[in-house]
Amino acid sequence: MWERIRQIVIKELRQTLRDPRMRAILIAPPILQMIIFGYAVNLDVERVRLAFMDPDRSAASRDLRERFTASPYFELVAMPENGRDAERLLDRGAAQAVVRIMPGFGSGVLRGEPQEVQILLDGANSNSAGIIANYASGVIGAYNRELLQAQQTRRLVGRTREGPVRMTLPGVRAETRIWFNPELKSRHYFVPGTMANIILLVTLMLTALSVVREKEIGTMEQIMVTPIRPIELMLGKTIPFAMVGLVDMAAVTAIALFLFQVPFRGSLLVLLLASVLFLLTTLGAGLLLSTLSATQQQAMIGSFFFFQPAFMLSGFTFPIRNMPEAVQWMTLLNPMRYFMEVVRGVFLKGVGVEVLWPQLLMLGIFGVFILGFSAMRFRKRLD
Amino acid sequence: MNFRRLGAIFRKEALHILRDVRSLIAALLVPVSMLLLFGYALTLDVDRIPTAVHDLDETPESRALIERFRGSRYFTIARQDGGYSAMEVEIDHGRLLLGIIIPRGYARTLARSEEAQVQLLLDGSDSNTASIAAGYAEAVVIAHAADLRDQALRARGMGELKMPLDPRIRVLYNNELKSKNFIIPGLIAVILMIISALLTSLTVAREWESGTMEQLLSTPVRPAELLLGKLLAYFVLGMTDMAVALVLGVGVFGVPLNGSLWLLTAFCALFLFGALCWGIFLSTVTRSQLLAFQASMVSSFLPAFLLSGFMYAIENMPFIVQQVTRIVPARYFVTALQGIFLKGVGLDVLWGEAVFLLLYAGLVFTLAVRKMRQKMA
Repeated sequence: MWERIRQIVIKELRQTLRDPRMRAILIAPPILQMIIFGYAVNLDVERVRLAFMDPDRSAASRDLRERFTASPYFELVAMPENGRDAERLLDRGAAQAVVRIMPGFGSGVLRGEPQEVQILLDGANSNSAGIIANYASGVIGAYNRELLQAQQTRRLVGRTREGPVRMTLPGVRAETRIWFNPELKSRHYFVPGTMANIILLVTLMLTALSVVREKEIGTMEQIMVTPIRPIELMLGKTIPFAMVGLVDMAAVTAIALFLFQVPFRGSLLVLLLASVLFLLTTLGAGLLLSTLSATQQQAMIGSFFFFQPAFMLSGFTFPIRNMPEAVQWMTLLNPMRYFMEVVRGVFLKGVGVEVLWPQLLMLGIFGVFILGFSAMRFRKRLD
Repeated sequence: MNFRRLGAIFRKEALHILRDVRSLIAALLVPVSMLLLFGYALTLDVDRIPTAVHDLDETPESRALIERFRGSRYFTIARQDGGYSAMEVEIDHGRLLLGIIIPRGYARTLARSEEAQVQLLLDGSDSNTASIAAGYAEAVVIAHAADLRDQALRARGMGELKMPLDPRIRVLYNNELKSKNFIIPGLIAVILMIISALLTSLTVAREWESGTMEQLLSTPVRPAELLLGKLLAYFVLGMTDMAVALVLGVGVFGVPLNGSLWLLTAFCALFLFGALCWGIFLSTVTRSQLLAFQASMVSSFLPAFLLSGFMYAIENMPFIVQQVTRIVPARYFVTALQGIFLKGVGLDVLWGEAVFLLLYAGLVFTLAVRKMRQKMA
């Protein structure tokens, strides 16, 4: 039995590695995808294109403008003269936010009257807009506190008869401490997640296509007249792709560590264990697809159909916590979700088996179940 | 160019599509399932942040601050007073996002009219959620601090201090700040790319692999006719998908369509034509279904998903990647889609995008015809 499996593995490896274009497909797309994903998938907001509309041109308005330009988050791109120009800048996307000062701003501030400052935001990208609103409120808030401090000192100092006394007021300050990703770089969050996506995509598609191709070309009949048994054929077909999957995993891990400098705080062994368990699922799903499809095109569309919900409902970009409750329950059936949690946990949080055992257990259960099920179907198809 | 021959190729290709029911259903299900996912399930909006409170002070003052968090819709107090290490474990497991720690002596510090500190612990691994959550939490603390200060001033009979600046934030185009309103328009680009990558890229390669190309070559059909005939069949499919997406997006999910429907349709047709030509070009060059599929995934679907600004803002990418996005047609299409849907702008703003897409379609069409002529000769 082992001899026959070995022969199939050798045949399969030879067949895939023979064609130079095929060799390229095994390695190049995962690496390319990893690099594009790593650079492109990013929800951080930096260098907001800001327009500052200042009909007042007073010392106070200039002061406020300097607060914005001094902030690392904003970049002044225009000084529109009127409201129409400001809206045009937003329409064209040349500016993402406009700060609009009202006439009489400077003299109002001097008199200590509250002055309205308008902030117009391009809300088309709601995520960026929410973060920009936070930044802008932060800048104005800091300026506010300073002006207030000055007012407070003027009012509170020298009110007693015993001479100038400086009084203080109660206050609360929040001291925020951020764990695991203190610079809040979304790349550190997305790059490990991307690894999970790529492994799924590559192994799923390769397994599905390799079996279907034999059916389409007609070489499946030739294999079936040999004394090989279905389970041996199945193992022989999946082992090479498991190897390819692990090599790809090593390649993308190296890219994550050395090119993107993502911190790695956990144990490589846990990552390896999770990858092997996850590969059981992806290879099983690939085999299952191959039994369901008659042509390569169907297999490709099928793998796309498996991949897309697995990707979207894994918590990769969209937090599972935000989904409607029914959909949250559905994600419990998504093996990708568990792998994503393990990869991120190992990279960013540095947690080990003591925290991740439920995820690993679920991956194991899914792997055995899916692989077993597709093996059964595979056997029926061959008989 | 002979329209009878072109019509014959179109009919043949349409029959191919209609006969393969599984692929056809899949092609129509892709937009529906993606829209359902993005319309119902997937959102970047942050609320109900799972929060734990560790109150070391246990005074009416500290409880007042906790009440303030409880009253905000952004926070759900999941547990209270499990201690610091329990909080740590929960954050490790990902069950908690925010921990609020009120130190001992909080009330005494306030009574002395000094500034008290409150510690906020955040799980930063999901940086986007974390930075939004931090913003909300700090805003709650600032509002509470302002109240305390006003109370103190009133108690001393000194009246209120008014904030010198009063920021008024006005959001244009998507004033409820719903992520689905910006994702669904861009999704149309992704869906059209999937159709061209998944189906079109295989169409010529399949003929080579199954040997039917020789049969086509023996007929008097010309390269441009073959190309346009095949393309037309998928064009109809693509425009159907667009219509499905539009009806679902606007009708069911209530995404506003502020601009002109005709302009939108014209942009879709232009983009789809270019994308389909590219798919057929790849299919002609590679001659193998697997290669054609991989090549079109990498060259059309992934850029449309990642480099188009559909979800991940282009201005946040590194400079070099930003330059790369300039040659991604989906980028111009997504800009046009978001402009027409949300901003309601017309050709006066979007003419640059239209010119680029027109040039792209012309260029790829010429390339595809030339390549096909070469291969058929």
